This record gives sequence, C-alpha cells and structure tokens, in this order.
Amino acid sequence: MPEMLSPVLTQVPSREPMISLRNLRVSYGGREILHGVSFDVQRGETMVILGGSGSGKSTLLRTLVGLEKPSAGEVWIAGKNFSAISDTEKDQIRKKIGMSFQGGALFGSMTVGDNVALPLREHTKLEDSTIDIMVRLKLDQVGLSGFEDYLPSELSGGMKKRAAVARALAMDPEILFFDEPSAGLDPIIAAGIDQLILELKKAFHMTIIVVTHELASAFLIADRMVLINKGDVIALGTSQEVQNSRHPKVRQFFDRVAEPAVAEELDYLQMLTGHHSRQGERSPGKSG
Amino acid sequence: MELAQKIGRTVIDTLAYLGALAVLGARASYFTFIGPFKGKSLRFQAAVAQGMEVGVRALPILSLITFFIGLIMALQSAYELRRFGALYYVATAVALSMTRELGPLITAVIVIGRSGSAFAAEIGTMKVTEEIDALETMAVSPIHFLVAPKFMAMVLMLPCLTIWANTMGILGGSLFGVLQAGFTFGGYIRATIEALFLRDVVTGLIKSFMFGITITAVGCHEGLNTGGGAEQVGRSTTRAVVVSIFLVILVDLIFTALFFFLGGQ
Repeated sequence: MPEMLSPVLTQVPSREPMISLRNLRVSYGGREILHGVSFDVQRGETMVILGGSGSGKSTLLRTLVGLEKPSAGEVWIAGKNFSAISDTEKDQIRKKIGMSFQGGALFGSMTVGDNVALPLREHTKLEDSTIDIMVRLKLDQVGLSGFEDYLPSELSGGMKKRAAVARALAMDPEILFFDEPSAGLDPIIAAGIDQLILELKKAFHMTIIVVTHELASAFLIADRMVLINKGDVIALGTSQEVQNSRHPKVRQFFDRVAEPAVAEELDYLQMLTGHHSRQGERSPGKSG
Repeated sequence: MELAQKIGRTVIDTLAYLGALAVLGARASYFTFIGPFKGKSLRFQAAVAQGMEVGVRALPILSLITFFIGLIMALQSAYELRRFGALYYVATAVALSMTRELGPLITAVIVIGRSGSAFAAEIGTMKVTEEIDALETMAVSPIHFLVAPKFMAMVLMLPCLTIWANTMGILGGSLFGVLQAGFTFGGYIRATIEALFLRDVVTGLIKSFMFGITITAVGCHEGLNTGGGAEQVGRSTTRAVVVSIFLVILVDLIFTALFFFLGGQ
C-alpha cells in the first residue's frame, strides 16, 4: 500500500471527536424521522450505524454529509458546526470526506476512470497525466485495475460498489462514509467489500462510518456501533457492549424476532374484513 | 372562504415556482458569465457537446417543420390577399409572421420537445440514482456541473436555430410564391428583404434568447426536483414540457406587448 497517501490531519486537536452529533433532529414534511440523536465518532474509528428499514439510519447518514438539514441539533465535523458554516467552508470539509452510495451513484455517461478522476479534475490543478496515475492507483486499491475505460453499466453490482469506493477515495479523504455497502450483493462479494473496508481502515487510519443492517458485516468491521430504532439511539458501544444489551428492541434486532405489531395488524385486518383465518380453508380453492 | 384559500395557495405556489426558476437561472448565469472570472472553470467542452445536441441535431426536423409552416402561412395569407388581388404581399406576410412570431415560437416548441424534456429526464434520472447527491458530497455544484453547460448551449443555440427557422420558413413561402403568385425566386427574396426591417428580426431573436433561458430553467428545475422512483422521472419530463410551453407563450406575450408599446410596433 502506498504510504505517500497517509491522511493529512486537520488542525483539530487529536483528542476531539472527528464527528459529533448533538441532539440531532430531522424532519421530512412535518414527520420527525430522528428524535434527538447524540453520539461521537473518534478519529480513526470505524463506527457502524445499525438499524432496520425505516429506522432513520439512512436519513442520519444523509444528514451527516449535509444532504439533509437538521430541524434541530448540530452536526460537528472536524471541529466545525456543519449546519452553521458557509457553503464555501462546507465544500472545504466535503473535499475531505468520501461517500460511497448504496447503488454506487456512478455517473452513467462517464467511464469508470472519468468517474474517479472527476473530484481530482474539479478540485485540484494536477496535470492530466498525474490524474491518470492517481486514477489507476485508486482503482488498484479497490481491485479494479484495468477497468478505467469501462462504463458503469458494463460492471457487475460488486464492481460498481468498488468503483464507487475508488471515487470516494480519490481526494484522500479523512472520513469515509458507506451507505449499505453490502446491500444487494451475494455473500461472497459482500465479504469482499467488508475486506476492502478493513484494508482501508488498516492502511489509512481513516475515520469510517458504515450504515448497514447486515449483522455479520457490522461485527466484522466495527470498532463501535450504534443501533437506531425509530429515530432513537437504543444502544451505543463496542460490538461486545451492544451485543450484551438487555434493551428489548436491541435483543429483538440481534435475535431476529419479527415485529409483533405485524401479527396484530393481520388480526386487525381480519377483524375489519370479517374474515377468520379458518374461512380461508373452507373457501373454494383453485380445485373448485 | 375555501375558494379564497385555494386561490391564495395557488398564487403562492405559482410565485414560489417562478422564484425557484429565477434563482436557478441566476445561478446558471453566474457560472456562465461571472464564475470564469472568479477562478471557476467555464465548462466549455460540455457546453459544446450540449450545443451539438440541442442545436445541430435539431436542424433536420426544424428545417422540415418550418419549411412547411412557411408554406402554410403563404397559403393562409394568399386566401385573403387573393380577394384584393394583392398576392404580391404574400412575401411580406410570410416574412413578418416568420421572423416576428412563428420562427422563434416553433423553434422553441421543437427544442422543448427535444431538449427541455431530455434535460428533465437526464437530471431526474441522476437524482433518482443519487448521482446529484454524489456531486454535492464531492463539493461539486450540480448547477455548475450540469445546468450551466445546458444554459450556455441553449442561450447560444436558440437564436441561431431561430435564424435558420426564419430562413427555412421564407423558403417554404417562396415555393408558393414561385408556383402560384407569379414570383421568380429572386423576386420573392427581394420582396422579402424589402418587407423586413432589422427590428423584426431582432425582436424575434430577443424573444428566442428569453425562450432559451425559460426552457433550460424549467427542464433543469423539474429534473432537480424529481422525487424518488422511475415513474417520477416520467412525471418530471411531462411537467417540463407542459410548463415550458405555457411559460414560453407567456414570455412571448409579455415581450410582444413590450415591443408593441415601446414603439417598436
């Protein structure tokens, strides 16, 4: 691994958390999704944000990178209040973060190489030949050497994710965000992505935030994890601490127990329609 | 009371929409005219590519349609002029209606169908696949990256296309003039040039410039405000076309009235 790319740390005292959420609330069209989330992410730490569908974990991630505005509370990144600074300052911070989107979000009209080169062409004055070398380096880091001239549509799902990681790495970020890195991938490819995250962590000591609902992957890569349920933090700590939590919702998540409300809803529906479950057996089936 | 509320809401929504278009247009203009002097790159290459798509590739269909429109205008005006034995004025009628009104308008409608809709679909798809979000997290402004080149291409190409459309319309009219009104081709063109004042052409071009801004703003705004899901892209595209046509007609009315009352006639 090339050591020349070791991250240049910003002027924040190293004891200060890299990311700090303070009583963060986010609403969509009058409905509150996050009800006051607070936690810190330390420099060089890998934090996994766990939660089921609709828990608000994706909204949390979008707020962290500034795609959603909090309705209350603060996001501090690298010692700056992200919701109170100017757009120019925001862009300065954004150049130091990389984000890998769930579906890759590669630009379909550009080759993989151009995708990775884009942040470099936008934000640096590097020569084209230097950029070419950097692109090859980044693609090599994610195991995609030689795919510079492919279009994203010509890549498989796992390769798209890797290309997206290469693009996120282009500016040598200090913080790397992953949205559902293993969603939609088969277990072997997903394990490969986990491995890639571990390698990046080891090689560059980046601060890494991963949003996922995959438990196996979470336990493999996390230094600490935070579990979100319906917009609230219900567990926060090391993998071991979270796993030992006695909170009923945490237990439900780790023991994979179905939501009891679903069963109740079925009962409710049957009550409304006047159907009893036995009736299904008596009604004329396909044989009739 | 409820009706008053509804009217109030509609007025506010409409004003908010127009405001959003104005902001988008202003930001795109900033990146086109001011940004380059402040160290921001002018996306010349992207603009040229857009110009090819918006302008050059529209030429065949635009030529055909405006040629027919010119011919139709000749036939329609001859219907009335014939009664006064004034078929000579067919050339004047075609020249004035094409340069002042139909050239810019038909060009705008064709560009809306080809490019306004494409802008909405392209940006809308990028929104759905999180590509717009990706740009923002990379500290690249989607307005600078996507809208500004389209804006540049449109404000440059629409007046050019309009000049072309005017010419094709006049050629269409000359077909009737030569075959039915006793003109020679050269005579028809001379009659056209005699009938036209520079301001006829210029007012048409000013309008087409405004249409270019309108079409880009609406197409890109609809694309950027696409909700989640593929069917929303379709909806944005449809809205982009309908709203663009409406606003182009509105802008046309405003500017035509303006030219009329400012004494340009």
